[in-house]
Amino acid sequence: MNQDIITSTLSGALRSGTPLLFATLGEILAERSGVLNLGLEGMMLMGAFTGFSVSYITGNLWLAVMAAILVGGLMASLHAFMSITLRVNQVVSGLALVFLGEGLSGFWGHGFVGMQAESFNNIKIPFLGDIPYVGTIVFDRDILVYIGYIAVPVIWWFLYKTTAGMNLRAVGESPDAADARGINVVLTRYIYTIIGGFFSGLAGAYISLAYTPMWVQDMTAGRGWIAVALVIFAIWDPVIALIGAYAFGGISVLQFSFQIIQVPIPVNIMNMFPYLFTIFVMLFASSNKIKKRFGAPSALGIPYSREEKT
Amino acid sequence: MNETVLELTKIVKRFPSLTANDNVDFDLKKGEVHALLGENGAGKSTLMNIVYGIYKADSGDVKINGKKVEISSPRKAIEYGIGMIQQHFSLVPSFDVTQNVALGLKDLGIIPDLSKVKKQIIEISKKYKISVDPDAKIWQISAGEQQRVEIIKLLYVKSQIMILDEPTAILTPQEAEGLFETIREMTKNGASVIFISHKLKEVLEISDRITVLRHGKVIGSVKTSETDENELAKMMVGREVVIKIEKPPSKASGEILKVDDLHVMNDKGLEAVKGVSFDVRSGEVLGIAGVEGNGQKELSEALYGMRNYRGTVTVEGIRVKPGNVMDRIKHHVAYIPQDRKADALCGGLPIYQNLFIKAFSSPSMRFNPYFFVPERLRSPSLKFIKDYSISASSVDLEAKFLSGGNMQKVVLAREIGNNSPKLIIAVHPTRGLDVGAEEFVYNVLMDQKARGAAILLIAGDLFEIFNLSDRVAVLYEGQIIGYSQPDESHLEEIGLMMAGVKK
Repeated sequence: MNQDIITSTLSGALRSGTPLLFATLGEILAERSGVLNLGLEGMMLMGAFTGFSVSYITGNLWLAVMAAILVGGLMASLHAFMSITLRVNQVVSGLALVFLGEGLSGFWGHGFVGMQAESFNNIKIPFLGDIPYVGTIVFDRDILVYIGYIAVPVIWWFLYKTTAGMNLRAVGESPDAADARGINVVLTRYIYTIIGGFFSGLAGAYISLAYTPMWVQDMTAGRGWIAVALVIFAIWDPVIALIGAYAFGGISVLQFSFQIIQVPIPVNIMNMFPYLFTIFVMLFASSNKIKKRFGAPSALGIPYSREEKT
Repeated sequence: MNETVLELTKIVKRFPSLTANDNVDFDLKKGEVHALLGENGAGKSTLMNIVYGIYKADSGDVKINGKKVEISSPRKAIEYGIGMIQQHFSLVPSFDVTQNVALGLKDLGIIPDLSKVKKQIIEISKKYKISVDPDAKIWQISAGEQQRVEIIKLLYVKSQIMILDEPTAILTPQEAEGLFETIREMTKNGASVIFISHKLKEVLEISDRITVLRHGKVIGSVKTSETDENELAKMMVGREVVIKIEKPPSKASGEILKVDDLHVMNDKGLEAVKGVSFDVRSGEVLGIAGVEGNGQKELSEALYGMRNYRGTVTVEGIRVKPGNVMDRIKHHVAYIPQDRKADALCGGLPIYQNLFIKAFSSPSMRFNPYFFVPERLRSPSLKFIKDYSISASSVDLEAKFLSGGNMQKVVLAREIGNNSPKLIIAVHPTRGLDVGAEEFVYNVLMDQKARGAAILLIAGDLFEIFNLSDRVAVLYEGQIIGYSQPDESHLEEIGLMMAGVKK
């Protein structure tokens, strides 16, 4: 009985952590280029809505996922235009994205509430899936969870081992230096901000097509904000992001397990866990000292202008 | 030696507030060092930023090897074989030397072979006798070493036209000599160098030809062998100036500032000032020399209470509290910070408010804290405008519209004119000022010294230190490595100390 609870908590952690992982990975790429996008929540909501509605209408899951990714990218390109080309305050532009996503998805999604659509099923990986415990927890999941597993080492390799990754980090650390070496700062920032949006769209699609396969207004329930905090928690590193995302996923499913084994903590308090933890991480990470010591991209949030004359 | 590699004709560049380049002509021949000389703000850097594609000229032509070209970005400039070392280095601090050299190279492919780059760096450093550690992270190495990395970057891509923007500003005299060796080696190998500077001596030493810019215009172009310091100085500032100010003899008396075992952290949380002790007496100027970035900023901010520290600071025998500016104001400490725009003035406030911004809380001027009457400030500020010959259309002008010299005069008026300070902490007090303003600052400081103020002068320019101070302390890596006399005969000794060699 207890073993079952542990297994279900851990597999729940992976499932619940996967959308956090996608959004965090995307935001890591955007922030590494120097663009802070706080609009994750809005992009995820639009991704979730688009994914669900396309799946409902066409019945084609992969088309639904692609559409969600595109919509995430579209919203991010709006943020990119505002913050890179127009150089408006990135916090303000990001917040605007949140409200836009909440509003649009709520408005268009009204008719989809309570509907049923195609969703992802678990695929058991041969051999690996048969390993006791580990197999059930890790290798009997849906395909998007597996994509999460693969994305982490790929992005890590990309960031630290490839030329493009080196250019990306240079743009976020010192855009002047990158520019002087002939790297197109504006283009780089556009690309990774939009890729960040792709990941957020995917994260949203995971929520409405795999995690809880239905459409509910504001169904991301603050996960976008948790992902923003996770980026800092992860010190902009994809591997730590994986650990953080699954840990946060674990915290948010813990309440169900606690209810089953009847831990005497009120449900409302347990519901607060992930958010409390987020505040805690933000408090810890927002001190300037820590930011400077742990390699936040130096140019994060600062618009770049070549001819700025002060 | 006669082939022209770069030719600029009638370059014009305007910024909203000024014309930085006004019909500038300039040319560079193969294998020569052509110096671009001028005061701060003369338009030298702007001109070179146009050549390097960072700025776009409003009009004018750029020709490379006789062909007209459009340099729209640094990438284009690099393609044309132009390399530039900016005053603020273009290095990524968190990358190591090899990664910085590799950054932006075209033949890297998808996965860069950094070991190949590293091998070539070692080869170049051997050939040109430039010592660098290819594995060191940029933030860990000295400014001089960072500059060598920049040079290697240029040599790596075989730049034919190299632009060095004020390269000696951050070097010790000995390091500068090393740089000159490297430049000679590079021109011997066929490269051409544009050397930007406002220092006459080094320009005369290194260049073949000199072009002088003043207020964005070319004043003249001369062969180095046919000119001298006087002629160049005249061209630079438009009049005969030899700043040789009257240094009143030191009649140092009672101890004003005493610093004992001071430790200060920098913004990164690393120790920047490591146990410094010294004192400054009444009527004395202590000059603190040193290459920038050796703890000067942290030291001055700590002394003025803008940064926390461990250790003791006493003013006239009374211990002042760490991180408490108000305490300093009460003890009549004046502060002339290095960045007047950021730390000294409030750009959006009118001049008259800037003049009294410290007096609001001073016991000598009683203000009603609940009711601000601007009139009470306007009339006394007129006196300052006159005494400090601040040229401004009105006391209501916002401070950000003032020229650098006038900004500094406002700072001086506030810090010194309002109350007779017992201690003046002056950090790079003449940086970026024209000669007239420089002279003014010197005279004000010397008057204060004669009056009996203790002055701590932190400056990068050794001649400024020689001109003003009575004793010289050299700061190296957060410690006072030694003391010397403010005299040109001690130049070499001070230079060695600036490089970390103990007496």
